[in-house]
Amino acid sequence: MTKLVDNIPEGPLVDKWTKYKADAKLVNPANRRNIDVIVVGTGLAGGAAAASLGEMGFNVKSFCFQDSPRRAHSIAAQGGINAAKNYQNDGDSTYRLFYDTIKGGDYRSREANVYRLAEVSTNIIDQCVAQGVPFAREYGGLLDNRSFGGVQVQRTFYAKGQTGQQLLIGAYQALSRQISKGTVTMYNRHEMMDVVVIDGKARGIIARNLITGKIERHSAHAVVLASGGYGNVFFLSTNAMGSNCTAAWKSYKKGAYFANPCFVQIHPTCIPVTGDHQSKLTLMSESLRNDGRIWVPKKKEDAEAIARGEKTGLDIAEEDRDYYLERRYPAFGNLVPRDVASRAAKERCDAGYGVNKTGQAVFLDFSDAINRLGKDAVEARYGNLFQMYEKITDENPYEMPMKIYPAIHYTMGGIWVDYNLQTTIPGLFATGEANFSDHGANRLGASALMQGLADGYFVAPYTVSNYLADDIRTGKISTDHPEFEKAEKTVDDKLDYFINNNGSKSVDYFHRKLGKIIWENCGMARNKEDLEKAIKEVDSLRDEFWKEVKVPGTKDGLNQELEKAGRVADFIELGALMCYDALSREESCGGHFREEYQTPEGEAVRNDKEFAFVSAWEFKGEKKVPELHKEDLKYENIELKQRSYK
Amino acid sequence: MNLTLKVWRQNGENDKGRIVEYKMSDISPDMSFLEMMDVLNEQLIEKGDNPVAFDHDCREGICGSCSMYINGEPHGPENLITTCQLHMRSFKDGDTIYIEPWRASAFPVVKDLVVDRSAFDAIIQAGGYVSVNTSGNTQDANAIPINKTDADAAFDAATCIGCGACVATCKNSSAMLFTAAKVSHLAHLPQGQVEAKERAINMVNKMDELGFGNCTNTGDCEIQCPKGISLDNIALMNRDFLGASLKSEK
Repeated sequence: MTKLVDNIPEGPLVDKWTKYKADAKLVNPANRRNIDVIVVGTGLAGGAAAASLGEMGFNVKSFCFQDSPRRAHSIAAQGGINAAKNYQNDGDSTYRLFYDTIKGGDYRSREANVYRLAEVSTNIIDQCVAQGVPFAREYGGLLDNRSFGGVQVQRTFYAKGQTGQQLLIGAYQALSRQISKGTVTMYNRHEMMDVVVIDGKARGIIARNLITGKIERHSAHAVVLASGGYGNVFFLSTNAMGSNCTAAWKSYKKGAYFANPCFVQIHPTCIPVTGDHQSKLTLMSESLRNDGRIWVPKKKEDAEAIARGEKTGLDIAEEDRDYYLERRYPAFGNLVPRDVASRAAKERCDAGYGVNKTGQAVFLDFSDAINRLGKDAVEARYGNLFQMYEKITDENPYEMPMKIYPAIHYTMGGIWVDYNLQTTIPGLFATGEANFSDHGANRLGASALMQGLADGYFVAPYTVSNYLADDIRTGKISTDHPEFEKAEKTVDDKLDYFINNNGSKSVDYFHRKLGKIIWENCGMARNKEDLEKAIKEVDSLRDEFWKEVKVPGTKDGLNQELEKAGRVADFIELGALMCYDALSREESCGGHFREEYQTPEGEAVRNDKEFAFVSAWEFKGEKKVPELHKEDLKYENIELKQRSYK
Repeated sequence: MNLTLKVWRQNGENDKGRIVEYKMSDISPDMSFLEMMDVLNEQLIEKGDNPVAFDHDCREGICGSCSMYINGEPHGPENLITTCQLHMRSFKDGDTIYIEPWRASAFPVVKDLVVDRSAFDAIIQAGGYVSVNTSGNTQDANAIPINKTDADAAFDAATCIGCGACVATCKNSSAMLFTAAKVSHLAHLPQGQVEAKERAINMVNKMDELGFGNCTNTGDCEIQCPKGISLDNIALMNRDFLGASLKSEK
């Protein structure tokens, strides 16, 4: 059995990373050319890692399933990126960013990793400006900051509502520079189908060329996963349609532990579902809650009339409106954290007060803000968001209250990694959203971009290089090894199975069903009975999937249904693991709310005595119950406190 | 709504390709255009036919994957949006809708509505970056103040999503707007100024080499660009390009 060793350097928190870098083993530049590194995914973490490792002189192969590395889903992040620059002179510091991140994560993340993240955050901004990322500036020509996610300092750097796009294009350009120099070979439209482990070490991957359908073997001395999160387990999420867990899941099945799978983040301000045709959900920046007031009707008959289309929000008199967040949380009101706001919306809608035809929507009303500040001021703050809302819903939010509902948009859980970002498989690293390491049970706004670039530009280059120092005499890894052959055959057999199965139902049919099971039982509120039921339901869905799935066409050439089939097969299995994890964690913390563990007022009750650990799950075989390993979280620099927003 | 779709079907690069007609019924005006395509594909799969291949990913107008030529216009009849942001309420009951891939010799059709846009990556690789290493040991981000007007102009050019609508709509299949957007983004910033002229010449030469056409200032690209990238960027690039050409002739 692999033992969970965090490999955190000794010494005071503030010195650990400096000491690590000073002690890290180096590879001679002449030797680097002979060492191959595979990077899977080209979002902020993967694009930055591939560019940096290429720049160091390693022979990098970079893979993405999209038609260009510039399309990875990091591009869709709107709000901004945190960094402890303290440009606003408002008392920010590395320690404060570290503290806010640990607290925001509800004390379920590792101190040393989070401190390093806060420490390198300032370099990210310097790096991005040097690359030509056009951040927002003040009239004096210096960088502008905004506040975000309920912290008390202004540390968020942004580029209008397109921060993710600008940072990703920055990383893409750095990657393009290395591709032109020949240090990185780019494999567009290639999907990683499996990781190849030889003598206990990750030595390559099996990839499918999505255009020709050809299965390819790629060897390397180390493999870096930067393949993103698994929000699409829920079918409907704010993730891109292609975002998937296959690279992570295949690694799990080859021996990498999967950590905290039940920690997923549900964002409160998304555009609600309008019907069964819906393919994805659109998020609107949570900054809207700064001026919008959230409410539902006090009377059920009003809610029902709105659902039938006989009334609108404008017909409901002020005294008949229930501003439930202001009522329940007078201190924070509409600005409670994401998890709290989401659960409160669900509670009202479940009680029958939802305000659209599906019964799953609440109002976000700007009429008070428009009266107070004027329409122009509201437009200056939120104009692009209002425009986006109107494009999708065909309703004018300046006149009619917006309708919103929570949706999945980020997964804190992921592949377990140590301080080196190395998984339990030596030579296999996981970065960005694909790993679990920095956000605990809840991620703060504007921290995902920070972690992706920190891992990619500044952490992985050191830790991967340190690992590779022992490989200078290994020589080229042959793809003729029996492990490559075996992995390729498994992949190919599965493709044949899908093509020949001749079932009766499309891949999406199963994906929708999975999403419904997980959303209802392992979504915003969970309990023992539902989770046990969900595990059974997912198991039978899995059987039905393999029996009845229908994939048209052939495996040779572009076949988008075949791609989806493989991804959904993995989502189904991961869905079950999420339920196992949620079941075993008998407390409420961050995004994980167990109905059995709440105060009489409905607030989360965390249990630090028994559950201050990372859950790391080990694959024990097909259809077998996974085994739980625990990494105890030691807090030496921070005192654990209960969060309260009353 | 009931609709008639006329969809380009082409099974691989070497197939000749043809328009195939599909009848659609009960389409909700709330659906996005791609959700309507999802419904079509569900129906085709049910019948055992091959679904229509098309590129799409974020479905919120930012990744630049989606690329349909709808009724003779890239991204359809509305301006300043991508195909994935188009909704069926933009059409009328009984409409016939023609759906084709981008057409340009530098963007060969891969299958149905999917084209190969890797030529855009090659243009960026020719110089669409600032030559700075990712060590993080650069100077402080606020060491060089940048005039807000320049910073905003850089941002506006940098909003390009690389979808290729500009090429698809251009009668010459020119990639001038795409290339100019990157040249202009970086030229507006002091960090990008050092290499500005070499960048312009290298990227334009690469563009020509890849088979994109010339620019004849028709301006269709600006109208069809989902991000509203301005033609002014082309003027700026021409200035840098000309400057660099004259210098290299000396």
